[in-house]
Amino acid sequence: MKIIVPVKRVVDYNVKVRVKSDGTGVDIANVKMSMNPFDEIAVEEAVRLKEKGVVTEVIAVSCGDAKCQETLRTAMAIGADRGILVETDAELQPLAVAKLLKALVDKEQPSLVILGKQAIDDDANQTGQMLAALADLPQATFASKVDLAADKVTVAREVDGGMETLTLTLPAVITTDLRLNEPRYVTLPNIMKAKKKQLDTVKPDELGVDVAPRLKTLKVAEPPKRGAGIKVPDVATLVDKLKNEAKVI
Amino acid sequence: MTVLVIAEHDNALIKGATLNTVAAARQIGMFGDGQVHLLVAGVQSTAAAAAAAQIEGVAKVLHADGVSLAHALAENVAAQVLAIAPAYSHILLAATASGKNIAPRVAAKLDVAQVSDITRVVAADTYERPIYAGNAIATVQSTDATQVITVRTTGFNPAPATGGSATVETCEAVPAATAIRFVDAQIAKSDRPELTAAKIIVSGGRALGSAEKFTEVMTPLADKLNAGLGASRAAVDAGYAPNDWQVGQTGKIVAPQLYIAAGISGAIQHLAGMKDSKVIVAINKDEEAPIFSVADYGLVADLFTAVPELVGLV
Repeated sequence: MKIIVPVKRVVDYNVKVRVKSDGTGVDIANVKMSMNPFDEIAVEEAVRLKEKGVVTEVIAVSCGDAKCQETLRTAMAIGADRGILVETDAELQPLAVAKLLKALVDKEQPSLVILGKQAIDDDANQTGQMLAALADLPQATFASKVDLAADKVTVAREVDGGMETLTLTLPAVITTDLRLNEPRYVTLPNIMKAKKKQLDTVKPDELGVDVAPRLKTLKVAEPPKRGAGIKVPDVATLVDKLKNEAKVI
Repeated sequence: MTVLVIAEHDNALIKGATLNTVAAARQIGMFGDGQVHLLVAGVQSTAAAAAAAQIEGVAKVLHADGVSLAHALAENVAAQVLAIAPAYSHILLAATASGKNIAPRVAAKLDVAQVSDITRVVAADTYERPIYAGNAIATVQSTDATQVITVRTTGFNPAPATGGSATVETCEAVPAATAIRFVDAQIAKSDRPELTAAKIIVSGGRALGSAEKFTEVMTPLADKLNAGLGASRAAVDAGYAPNDWQVGQTGKIVAPQLYIAAGISGAIQHLAGMKDSKVIVAINKDEEAPIFSVADYGLVADLFTAVPELVGLV
């Protein structure tokens, strides 16, 4: 059984991004980049399934510029067997990525695709669902537990108010939530080994996908700033302020 | 142009998030002569459809009832939406777990982009939405013929649940997808206000130290204020609080009148979920904690003494 895991190179989650003063976007020059945290969880889950013996091959895929190779190498250091880079300098939106992934799904015929539930840069939370729709596959989003058998997968999902469990017939698409697993740290020997693993590059044209953006970003602005607050010396003052100044209790 | 809202419901009652979504739909409608229609897809959901017809500003309720629509599986609900989609210029869902699950599936089948989590309607095709954990607000314009959108509920005041008198029209339920089967749900029963709709939220972090302490310290304050209970990711990951209490970029986005953060340092990802609250109170031992940079009232104190004292005084 084969698994495809799409991974995205994003601004590291600890970086507080700054909006460019001309309002054209967010300044990501010279900012630390890493693998999207939800994608790390996806790679970890795929590798664990392989370690259990249910899965034979894990393929990491990334779409974007040449630097995404680093992200694929990280995935391979966690344990992915090979990588595919869909290389383009164009701005990629979720629909375009879903179409690129659909083309790769048609080609590779995986039993399962595991994606992160959202990327922490565009916060879209769309790609997995869109891929499932385009490939006509069942989906289990926001997964916190995955039980894979030969022909089906049972997934516990995080929903508003609690959890729900679904059983999907393979092939299927899963997106990961935070509590699915704790991704492992990559070790130096594994980083070295990952450098020798196969990494293929394809272009969107070769996959027959038009990646033109459908959403135009007109402007990116700073969110409204909150007025400076005050420190109160004790609980009594706090209660007094809440009752008489803010009037919220 | 006609705007379609996909109602979220439990087959009897319409969920609060739908009212905020209707409000966004009405704003979009104002850019044209747009009517707002509501789709209620469920099983034995006549009561929900009747409730939907009462919502102010809704012109028509489409009611699809069938076993395929139980549990709001994305495959089936999306198919139901697609069956009626050609009549609509805009299709809106609340940006809840359910809406986020369904909307991109609808958009991809229509071959259009989806706009996630809008917080403001600028024009009939232009919206504001937060990106990078709310650290930037993007204004985006869709170039597609049909706009598929999820609405951040805290960005719009809810439409009144009564005062409307929509007609209810029945439509045929789609057949069930065969590749997916609902097994069960473990929904936490709670008589507390729902987190995303609560006027006051008290939220605890890792500093509470254990599930027992979380309950012992935070619950009395929540009870006293009739508040929803929230938690930071650290507290949830440590098992002090259930998953669905998590407030933040990847959990619930809330904007109550009062948000009390106890023992929460205030990581970017947590702030993304609560910084639109009207008044923020932070109780933390560490006076350097980033939460104080967004708090209207900060108290540098040990929460184990401050929170019980607070319970005594409010």
